[in-house]
Amino acid sequence: MSTTATALNSGPKTAMRRQALVLTGLFSAASAMLMGSMLAIWLQFRANAPLRESSDGSKMLRDWLPENIKIPEVATNTMMMTIVVTCIMAQWAIYSSRRSDSNHTSLALGVVLLTAIAMINAQIAVYMQMNIGVRDSSYTMMFYSITATMTALMVIGLGFTLLVMFRSFASRVSDHDLILAHAVYWYSLTVIFAAMWLVVYVQK
Amino acid sequence: MTAVETISPTSSGAGILGVVSEWLMTTSHRRIGRLLVASSVFWMLIVVLVGTLLSVERISSTTDLVDPTSTTQLFSFFRVGLIFGVMAPMTLGIALAVVPMQIGSQVLAFARAALFGVYLWIFGMVIVGVAYIGNGGPGGGDPQMVDLFLVGMALVIAGLIVVSASIATTVLTSRRAGMTLIDAPIFVWSSLITSISLILTLPVMAGALIYVAVDHSYTRATFGATEGVNAWIGWALTSPQIFLLAISTLGVLAQIVGTMTRGKQPLRGGLFVGIGLMSTALVGTVTQSFYALQLDGELSDIAKSLVPFLFYNALPILGVLIVLGLCLLAMKNEKAKPSAAFVPAFFGVAMVSTGMLGNALLRINNLKLSNTVFEEAVLVYVGYGVILSSLGAIAYFGPRIWGRKMPTMPVIGLGLLGTLGIVLAALPYYIAGFTDQPASRTTGSLGDNSQIWNSVAALGQAIFLLVIVAFVGLVVKSSRDGEIANDEIFETAQANV
Repeated sequence: MSTTATALNSGPKTAMRRQALVLTGLFSAASAMLMGSMLAIWLQFRANAPLRESSDGSKMLRDWLPENIKIPEVATNTMMMTIVVTCIMAQWAIYSSRRSDSNHTSLALGVVLLTAIAMINAQIAVYMQMNIGVRDSSYTMMFYSITATMTALMVIGLGFTLLVMFRSFASRVSDHDLILAHAVYWYSLTVIFAAMWLVVYVQK
Repeated sequence: MTAVETISPTSSGAGILGVVSEWLMTTSHRRIGRLLVASSVFWMLIVVLVGTLLSVERISSTTDLVDPTSTTQLFSFFRVGLIFGVMAPMTLGIALAVVPMQIGSQVLAFARAALFGVYLWIFGMVIVGVAYIGNGGPGGGDPQMVDLFLVGMALVIAGLIVVSASIATTVLTSRRAGMTLIDAPIFVWSSLITSISLILTLPVMAGALIYVAVDHSYTRATFGATEGVNAWIGWALTSPQIFLLAISTLGVLAQIVGTMTRGKQPLRGGLFVGIGLMSTALVGTVTQSFYALQLDGELSDIAKSLVPFLFYNALPILGVLIVLGLCLLAMKNEKAKPSAAFVPAFFGVAMVSTGMLGNALLRINNLKLSNTVFEEAVLVYVGYGVILSSLGAIAYFGPRIWGRKMPTMPVIGLGLLGTLGIVLAALPYYIAGFTDQPASRTTGSLGDNSQIWNSVAALGQAIFLLVIVAFVGLVVKSSRDGEIANDEIFETAQANV
């Protein structure tokens, strides 16, 4: 048995305008809010940490970063420079894509992939060099939380790069919007990482 | 219009499994939206039932319906369930089902992602429910269940963000040719504002949740163990976050009024401004600022606290008043044609605005209403107001989706009864707040005349529960056997109203 009723038509098919770009913009905003809130809580804890004398007794310090913890600055500064390189490569992919140059588009995306892997590798190296446990103190617990969240965002970026790269390998050079969205995501990650790098690794 | 075949499962070649799998794997915005709305109705029934139980428990200190050790968890569940199990998914579900057809798009942007988001939310809510049953909500006694609660909340947040992103992307990219955002129907605008507000606020909650979850799993020292959960995510379970989930009530009302007046809405831009003003609650949410008014001291001190108080508390109220005023102005049109859905939609907004006014009073320190049942009344007014408005939205948009009318008088009757239920459930707590009845407590000294106020509130909760059950029955019946809708109802659904 069947009955027939009328319902409102969804309308003619419309041209999708930069869907990937808009979605990436929204996701980037969400990522920024996520890391922004984590940094805000980090700063709040740091500002409320009790005062203590420095080891040489010359000045008073906030008792936030335990004295036995040394942040490997070479690795963290290299990460900051690497993510800037990632942005440049992502922009190169846009440049090549606009000229329908699939070889250079793929090459640029390949370099983005490598630098993204290098970033994640550097983060693991930082963990290994610091050799601290999550349970050691409030600082270490929050350090792992914030840096692991940042790394998770980079892994998402890595997946995005893989997706765009495979489409490029398949000669879908007309994916300008997707490649642009990919670059926008890495730009936003760079800004977010720069903020985290400054607060967590530089100001400590 | 499209002919919609309503085929009984027995006549389908694929059988019932085929129908179920079609629904579970669907990319149709109507089905995804209805899946989300139906799931949230399930939680709505549970939440309102819990609200009723708690109100009955409060009538007398000797009442023993609920195990005394569980009351804290039930109060917490009522709040979490109402906000994340009902208000947010109901609002987004209706938007998923309706927004694409209002903007003339055949498809939802990233429909599979939206479906994935719906499943994330469903599984997250199930996990949250299981955690509460195992005494694992905020302040719960079982640490492993509290860990489970935190995981469940993370899934719920992720799901709602994905769904919101899909709605916002659809509105921003898939409007029919020539339709600007200003030309879009007002419900579309309110859905866009709600979605973007959630995309910006829920990650802030997620950030706090990550810290709390890691701390709870390892050290339980920095963020205050189980008691710390409420301290760090509690801001997302109260005003002004709940106001963001009430934005679409304005869109529903303005949309219905627009249809009733055939698009003759004076100062239509004012509706956009009003809805935008309500979204200023976003600032208070992400900064987790509850600026209170202090009436003691020098005039300059009062003025100093008055400015941020007005910005954070009065601007969203102004937005609601602008929309209400413009809708009433439009109703003066002699040719306005009454609609049954107007009743629940209008009173839904009225309840929300009553809750917002109450919240402004709550922020006046001299009244000493914090930590009293007054705070719960604000949640009930706003939360149940959103539910009532959603019933109006279903009564209005439903026939446009399943092609059958809903009967007029039952919708009006349930709308009025629902309003009565909300007023009875919340107003006594406004009064009891002034007699210092403590929040989230069912025993001990509950204040003067507490038995009277709590009895009336329990009656209100029970009435509201009955209204929801009756409305669900009405929707099921009318979508199957209701009168087939004529062309008239489609005239203004895509119109510029």
